[in-house]
Amino acid sequence: MRQQLLAFLRSVLGSVRDLAPIVVVVAFFQLAVLRQPLPNLGGLLFGTLLVVLGLTLFIRGLELGLFPIGEAMAYAFARKGSVTWLLLFAFALGFGTTVAEPALIAVADEAAAVAAGAGFIADSAPAREDYAHWLRITVALSVGFAIIVGVLRILRGWPIHWVIIAGYVGVVVMTEFAPQEIVGIAYDSGGVTTSTITVPLVTALGVGLASSIRGRNPMTDGFGLIAFASLTPMIFVMAFGMIY
Amino acid sequence: MEAFGELVLATLGDTLRDVLPIAGILFGFQLLVLRERIPNLRRVLLGFVYVLLGLALFLVGLEKALFPLGKLMAVQLTDPAFIIDGPDDLLGWDDYYWVYLFAAAIGFATTIAEPSLIAVALKAHQVSGGAITTSGLRVAVAIGVAIGIALGAFRIVTGTPLHYYIVSGYVLVIIQTVYAPRMIVALAYDSGGVTTSTVTVPLVTALGLGLASTVPGRSAILDGFGLIAFASLFPIMSVMGYAQLSEWRARRATWARKQGE
Repeated sequence: MRQQLLAFLRSVLGSVRDLAPIVVVVAFFQLAVLRQPLPNLGGLLFGTLLVVLGLTLFIRGLELGLFPIGEAMAYAFARKGSVTWLLLFAFALGFGTTVAEPALIAVADEAAAVAAGAGFIADSAPAREDYAHWLRITVALSVGFAIIVGVLRILRGWPIHWVIIAGYVGVVVMTEFAPQEIVGIAYDSGGVTTSTITVPLVTALGVGLASSIRGRNPMTDGFGLIAFASLTPMIFVMAFGMIY
Repeated sequence: MEAFGELVLATLGDTLRDVLPIAGILFGFQLLVLRERIPNLRRVLLGFVYVLLGLALFLVGLEKALFPLGKLMAVQLTDPAFIIDGPDDLLGWDDYYWVYLFAAAIGFATTIAEPSLIAVALKAHQVSGGAITTSGLRVAVAIGVAIGIALGAFRIVTGTPLHYYIVSGYVLVIIQTVYAPRMIVALAYDSGGVTTSTVTVPLVTALGLGLASTVPGRSAILDGFGLIAFASLFPIMSVMGYAQLSEWRARRATWARKQGE
């Protein structure tokens, strides 16, 4: 019991250390640069306490739940040996975790506003909703596709830089042809697709697969799924901007 | 206090909606396709509950404490009234130095607290057998984000096209890939994608929109985007750079030892 308490305190201390830079930056700019007092100090301290507690719980949950199940499933698929099911799982994981992602919903709504402002679509609420909806589906499809490619890469042992460079060439070529207004959103959509719950799962899946297949190294082959998931949305969203 | 309770419940609901499809896919495939019992099911479920609760508390805390202040700060720092120090001062790109400094500092600080980066760093530490330290990787990524966001703020102020920066960034990444140690490459590419989630995105977006709406000649709609793209590109370079630096120092140490013999 005492040991558990000690371990808990140690992880709380770790979270405090993780949060300290934000508090220092915010306090410095508020007090020294803007020269204003910190408003609502009590609320600020209480909020920070919640953040520390939340981060501690989250990291404990990673180690208990998300990492083990991601790896256990990777091993189970490797034992089962069915590539079709594995790829289907990869797609479902990519698509399912992205389509409802709150950050993506926000970006899609902004993108619809930009498109309406630029005159691509009618400036009405239904037209904007339609646009945002299909944009979200497009991004989710692209992430599903990315995880499939990433898993295939691990299975076949393709060197990661060739796939990434091909993706970069795709982005550059699409930038040339896509409407100017969509480029900024497309570039940003790459960053918002990978949520806090998806990342640990997908990482555990990749590392688990690479460690269970002979000839693959978890360090060089296990990572990279997230990289694909942030690259393909850029290409797909620019294509969407050209077609829609 | 009542409003606070509502906020907690609403956030818990949002997080639940985020977790449920994932849990559905995991358990669906496990039961229907793999037809295997989940090892340590109770521990795994407990882990899911921790993740759910932890994330909800984390978000509520940020929403209560740091986001309002950080967003307000982004607006105040980009306000021309703050930036102009003399009455007849014409605004040039170099008048925004506090903005660049704030962009870099907040980029660094939020990245250190980013939960998904912590997850990847923990895994990388475990897989590399300790060769990559959790804090080393996180600091390398945070430096990349700091440089990226500061440069992104500079781009909004000057109004240069986004794709020039991104394409040159790609060229640099490709060149670095050729020279970087092979074991770091995949991890470096991944670090680009994980930096921008829960903590970084809201603050950085506020900064971008604040800048684009106050700098003369910029439109919030067209120029406000792009900071996230910078924040996902530069960590790739800084992580590879970190590995190159460690390798170079190790090589120099061996070389010095040989010289001594």
